[in-house]
Parts: sequence; structure tokens; C-alpha cells
Amino acid sequence: MDINLARSLITALLFIIFIGIVLWAWSKGKRKDFEEAARLPLDDDLPEERTDRKGRGE
Amino acid sequence: MQSQSTYNYTVVRQFAIMTVVWGIVGMLVGLIIAAQLIWPELNLTSWLSYGRLRPLHTNAVIFAFGGSALFATSYYVVQRTCHVRLFGDWLASFTFWGWQAVIVLAVVTLPLGMTSGKEYAELEWPIDVLITLVWVSYAVVFFGTIAKRKIPHIYVANWFFGAFIITVAVLHLVNSAAMPVTLTKSYSAYAGVQDAMVQWWYGHNAVGFFLTAGFLGMMYYFIPKQAERPIYSYRLSVVHFWALIFTYMWAGPHHLHYTALPDWAQSIGMIFSLVLLAPSWGGMINGIMTLSGAWYKLRTDPILKFLVVSLSFYGMSTFEGPMMSIKTVNALSHYTDWTIGHVHSGALGWVGMVTFGSLYYLIPRLYGRTEMYSMKLVTLHFWVATIGIVLYIAAMWIAGVMQGLMWRAVNPDGTLTYAFVESVKATYPYYVVRLLGGLLYFAGALIMGWNVYRTVVGQKAVDAPIPAPAAAHA
Repeated sequence: MDINLARSLITALLFIIFIGIVLWAWSKGKRKDFEEAARLPLDDDLPEERTDRKGRGE
Repeated sequence: MQSQSTYNYTVVRQFAIMTVVWGIVGMLVGLIIAAQLIWPELNLTSWLSYGRLRPLHTNAVIFAFGGSALFATSYYVVQRTCHVRLFGDWLASFTFWGWQAVIVLAVVTLPLGMTSGKEYAELEWPIDVLITLVWVSYAVVFFGTIAKRKIPHIYVANWFFGAFIITVAVLHLVNSAAMPVTLTKSYSAYAGVQDAMVQWWYGHNAVGFFLTAGFLGMMYYFIPKQAERPIYSYRLSVVHFWALIFTYMWAGPHHLHYTALPDWAQSIGMIFSLVLLAPSWGGMINGIMTLSGAWYKLRTDPILKFLVVSLSFYGMSTFEGPMMSIKTVNALSHYTDWTIGHVHSGALGWVGMVTFGSLYYLIPRLYGRTEMYSMKLVTLHFWVATIGIVLYIAAMWIAGVMQGLMWRAVNPDGTLTYAFVESVKATYPYYVVRLLGGLLYFAGALIMGWNVYRTVVGQKAVDAPIPAPAAAHA
């Protein structure tokens, strides 16, 4: 196989993988996991060191 | 097992304090070289001359100030989002002392004129070896911590920090490959246009991964933290990460437009630079929209002001960058002070401001306080720094466009309208405005230094306890 054909195929493959990542990120099944993950930095304080006035959240 | 129940904040404290110290030093050297461009008489001796101090300035602000900030925040964030103590306490301690040794060696060797001549990679080969040792240790500490995490999910900030650590290792090893001649002199392993391409593959990805991905890691932790709201869209942050990873590596050739680099490589560099606008703005919007529904906090909270304004400058400079990578625009902007303005819009506006905001959140918490000694001084720092940046970049934009137009102006008979020195003369007033802007930004850093000193002096260092595993799933 021509080396340039291989290079083109790798580029195309990477692009397809990227599209796959986008579809995966927006899939329904991941919604709940991502919502939990997004709270990680907010839930890392112990109650006694939490300094925000109103507690967490809105 | 007392030490196992707390986070390792010692190394975070060390790096956080040194960030402030090196910030002041690096910006002071920047002021000196800005003044030397106005008053060349200030080139007092060879080792205080512009040519030697300029790499000292860039190394100090990027690797000493920015690097220490990245070590401090990545160590803090990875522990707190994984709910484990840092892996390898002594190795983490080695990364601190090793990195400080690299900086001190840079401060000594660069003014002495020892340089490999590669931009942002000037340090000679023995220092490069030490950097490699420190960086590999950094990777072991960081990924070792990830490996023993108690939280199954790896938070997005850690992905950005991890990508930054891996990429910088690869960039450093490839670009610094050299043949040593003596202890203080070596020659690059590459020659000609290959050397230039390797250099700017390194140079632009140093911007992309050291000054962008690492600081985005900071953004993804400290903005939600300070705003007390989760990131606007977590799925966008996932796509933001992978889009950035897939595209940044290819943008380097835009530094070599209209050179001996083959045209197709220049065009690829330009196209990928344009594509980069999408992930950059996706990330910026994600950060700023985190405040949606809580915009009122911006009025009263100077830390959020720092963080949100940093994202605004990130958005501005990641719009400006792709525009400047277009070959026809580059024909005007390249080699002018417009480039300097662009770099500082990113460096002072994005990297500097996001660092200040994050440190103002971080430092009191490392010393058992809930906020800085004076929040009024934080507000003052914010305004002084912001006005300084605006003066700096506006002066350099005008100077750069003017220089570009003067250099390309031709008379009807084809001769150049202006001698080069006429463009230098015309730039003087803008150099003065730039110095003024830099002076304001430096004054802001001094205000921060004082505020940090008053915050930590007499305070006991406090290491936060690690939440029990049950609490982690609350």
C-alpha cells in the first residue's frame, strides 16, 4: 500500500473516531453520569470546611 | 496513619507561593526589557543586555510563574477530585526542588549568554536533562494519583492536566535533542528547515498545551468552585478536550509562513489554526456560561472577575490567533509588534488572570482561612491589571499594524517608501504606552504579593482531611 494512502486513511480514521466521541458525549445514556461528574469539584469539601454562605447549589 | 488521612498540601503551598514570587521576578525583567527598547542606554553590561534578558523574561514568566502555577493547581485538583493523597510524597517534593533548581540555573546561565538559541527552549543540555527528570517525576506523581483514585470518574480538569504533562514531555524530548560539545554548548540534532519546523512544532504546542491545556484544567476546576455551580455543559467539556487534542498539534507551521518551509505545510498549519477557533471558543463559552443564572456574583466577587475576564481574553486571543495565521494577514503582521501584542493578550489576559483568580481561591484555603487578607486589594489588583493589559495590547496592535504598513509601502518606482529605522522611530510612543501598561500589570502583581504575605504570615499551614469513601458517593 502506498504510504500516502495509509496516512490519509489514518487521518480519516481519526476524524471518524472524533465524530464517535461527539455522538457518545451527546448520547442519552451518558447524561446522568455526566451530571454527576460535573458535581465532582463541588462535592469535594467536607461539611466543616465548606465556606460558601448558602451551602452548595442554587 | 495520620499522613494518609489528609491531602498533601505541602507541595501545593510551596508551588503556590513560588508562583507569586516568580511572577514578580519575571514581570520585572519584562519591564526592564520594555524600558531598554525605549532607552537603549539601559543595556548596561553584556549580561544585562536585551538579547540575554529577553529569553530570561520569557522563561521566567512561562516556566517559572506559569509552571509553578500549573504544578500547584494540578496537584491540588487531582487530589481533591480523586479523593486520595498525592502519590509519592518525596517524589512530589523532588518535583518542587528540581523545578526551582531549573529556574535558578536559567537565571544564572541565560544572562551569561549560554543558550541553545531555540525560542522558549534556550536552556543548555545539562538543564534539559534535569527538566526531563523533573517532568517524568511529575508524570509519575500525577498519574500515580489518578491510578489510586477513589472516585471512578476522572474529572475533566485532570484530562487537561494529564494531556499537558504528556505532551510537554514529548515536545521537550524531541525539540531539545542535541549534540553536546562542551558542558555549556550543544548543537541541535536537526538542520535547516527541519530544525525550524521542529522548533515551531514545539513552540506552538508549548502555547497549546503548556499555556492552554494546563490552564484550561485550572479553569474547569476553579470556575465551578468559585461560582458554586457545576460547569455549564460537561459533555461540551469532553468534546472540547478531544477537539483540542486532535487539532493543536498541526498548527505550528503558521510560524513559518513565507519561509523555506514547503507551501503545503504552511497551508496545513493555517487550516488547522483556523479549525482551532471552534474548540477554543467552545471551551470559552462553556466556562463563561457556567455563570448563567448567577451573573450577579460578578458584581461583588473579584475572584470571579479575574476568572471570567481571563476567559474573555482567551476568547479574544484565540480569535486573533487564527486570523493572524491566514497567510495574507500574516504577510502584514509577521515580525511586527502585533505578534507581541497577541502573545501578551494571551499571556497577561488569559494565563495571568486565570492564575491570579485561582491562587486567590487557593492560597487562603492552604492556610486555614476562608478568604484573602484583603478582598479590596484583590479588586484593586483586578482593575490595575485589566487597565494595564488594555494599554499594553492596544499599543502593540497599533504599533504592529503601523510597522507592517510602513515596511510594505513602496514608491511608484518600486523603491521602499520608508527605511527600517523610520519605523523604529515611529514606534517610540507606543513603546512608552506599552511600558506604562506593563508597569500597571507589575504593580498588580506587587499588590498580590503583599496581600498573599499578609494572608499567610503567622498562619498555620492546614492540610485538609480526605473525605471518607462513603461521603464520596453522597
